[in-house]
Amino acid sequence: MSVAAPASRVEIDYAGGERLTMNMGPQHPSAHGVFRAILTLEGETVVGLDAVIGYLHRCHEKLAETLTYAQYPSIASKTDYVAAMTSEFAYVLAAERIGKIEVPRRAQYLRVIAAELQRVASHLLWLGTWCMDMGGALGGGATIFLYCIRERELILDLFESLVGARLLYGFYQVGGVRYDLPAGWAQTCRQTLDVIEQRIGEYERMLEDNPFFLARAQGVGVISRELAEDLGIAGPLLRGSGVAYDLRRAEPYSSYEDFEFPVPVESSGDCFARYRVRMAEFRQALSIVRQALDGLPEGPISSRPGLKSVAQIRIPKGETYARVEGARGEVGCYLLADGSAKPYRMKWRGASFSNLAVLPHIIPGHKVADVVAIMGSVDPVFGEVDR
Amino acid sequence: MPEWLIPFVASFIVLNVVIGIVTYVTLLERKFAARMQSRVGPYRVGPHGLLQPIADAVKLMMKEDVVPTAADRPVYNLAPVVFLLPCMLIFATIPFAPGLGVADLNIGVLFFLAVSSMEIVGLFMAGWGSNNKYALLSAMRAVNQVISYDLPFIFSALVPVLLAGSLRLSEIAGAQQGLWFVFYPVIGQLAFVAFIVSTVAAENRAPFDILEAESELVAGFRVEYSGMKFALIQLGEYAHILGASFLGALLFLGAWAGPGPDWMGPIWFLVKAMLVFLLVTWVRWSFVRIRVDQILALSWKALLPATLLLLVLTSIVVVWRTNGGA
Repeated sequence: MSVAAPASRVEIDYAGGERLTMNMGPQHPSAHGVFRAILTLEGETVVGLDAVIGYLHRCHEKLAETLTYAQYPSIASKTDYVAAMTSEFAYVLAAERIGKIEVPRRAQYLRVIAAELQRVASHLLWLGTWCMDMGGALGGGATIFLYCIRERELILDLFESLVGARLLYGFYQVGGVRYDLPAGWAQTCRQTLDVIEQRIGEYERMLEDNPFFLARAQGVGVISRELAEDLGIAGPLLRGSGVAYDLRRAEPYSSYEDFEFPVPVESSGDCFARYRVRMAEFRQALSIVRQALDGLPEGPISSRPGLKSVAQIRIPKGETYARVEGARGEVGCYLLADGSAKPYRMKWRGASFSNLAVLPHIIPGHKVADVVAIMGSVDPVFGEVDR
Repeated sequence: MPEWLIPFVASFIVLNVVIGIVTYVTLLERKFAARMQSRVGPYRVGPHGLLQPIADAVKLMMKEDVVPTAADRPVYNLAPVVFLLPCMLIFATIPFAPGLGVADLNIGVLFFLAVSSMEIVGLFMAGWGSNNKYALLSAMRAVNQVISYDLPFIFSALVPVLLAGSLRLSEIAGAQQGLWFVFYPVIGQLAFVAFIVSTVAAENRAPFDILEAESELVAGFRVEYSGMKFALIQLGEYAHILGASFLGALLFLGAWAGPGPDWMGPIWFLVKAMLVFLLVTWVRWSFVRIRVDQILALSWKALLPATLLLLVLTSIVVVWRTNGGA
């Protein structure tokens, strides 16, 4: 590949001028979690960025070795707490792949419904926080943020009536899902989808007809196609840089091959392209949920009988890597099973972690205000970065 | 009452009324913003949250006053006062009704504009004295921005001056008893728009609030202030906005002109000033913040030449009219 080995610190050479080192984080209003960016400034221009992570490390991978296959999915949701369904999904897929466990088609469809609703909820939170990064908590950004939260609330209500929890679910289980749809849920869900689809259009008009928004988003934080491929970033960032790669298409899992959906791609690679990709993904996800609700097969929701003990699921010896397309990109779970009720070793591949690696490459040369806009457009969730 | 006492009494009354209005303007803004964001806003303290500003003031008074160890103490302590002073002083020249004001100077507009740009001294002192990098960056931005936007602010405010032919605020208001300057064909509307834009920018309101910029600079120049010093800065900021709203209502919306008896004049004036304030607030809660270089470009490349051109155009119109054109 064309780009040299990424240095940990990329600095633009400016002639003269005094330099100022400024910490952005770990506690900062616009850090989406606890992330410390050590900025080297020349006036308003950023010439270097050192990224410090690890403030939210919670030993997730070690924890997975001490919990059984029945217990861990509800802990897995705590890695990426904004899109909690995603990591559960990857974990159970890995366990099922080693154990060669069949998943009933109804359960596969329910998994798709939950995953896509989660994508919408996650993107809504992203849109709100990103606009707040650019617009300020005491300005137009906060207005968009509150609108987005209002819509996300509708999805959380759906999850609440489905699972009983609003943030961390434990919906996915090895062999299927934990709950079937309650009576009337599908109808409520369709209504919610319509409301959100209409509101998405409102946001687009509010933002894209706004010259200030365009000035802040267009041409800022350009990730070239080469850089995107070299760093292994994924999800909307990759598609915003012109690579049409979506795991749901490239490597369909859980019956994704049954659904019709476009893979949105933008070629310019700037913040606006990433925004456009995510806006298209809203509609894509809504359409997938509709298709899944329409074609929802009858049948059991799990391929195995109810558990009498948490240690009842045993996965035979073997290892695999299972990956799903989360809201932020490829979420992967590497699982090494030794035949007992607990995995021998587990490794997460967090989408935010890989995506964050792009920051030191694209931020130097921008103004301080762009740092938060770019950071927001990358959409990192630090629970997933540090695990 | 002895003659010499009158200015003191007048300024005492005006100051207190202004502080009273400013506290309730914050509530107005919060309620207005809440409506825009489909929220309720302050609701718990008093009926419909009417006592919220008082609760806030009491809270701020009781807060601990923290001074950073490495701060430049005299500068740091003086800054809120230096900031507040010009923000309050601008009310001196505003006539709230014919003959009802502290001082109706013959250079009223000039005084207002000159004093209002003095706030930059307080801003920079706060930013520098805090010995904080966020505050320092904010102070640097402040100097850039306030200087860039004072010129278009002055130029757009000079359009009504030209139309009225006087720098005395009461005469400008008097000249609008027939036709408000905002309804003056083309020139009036353009000048009003330019005035609103440069007011928003010169008051550091969103989308031009790069000084505060809490998503980058946390709270900018006032990041280290707490308690009453913070309250003074807030008070000054809102007083400045209120003053600019009054100026806008006076220069473009005919000040106290309105239906009803004469004593309704000040009420009409207040209503109009609040409309200008709500317009600025509306802008604030709908736009995302603009970047520092874009702000400067907007001022120097667009707003400044445009207002200058407008001023020249106005002078031509005025000369043409006085020479018997219309």
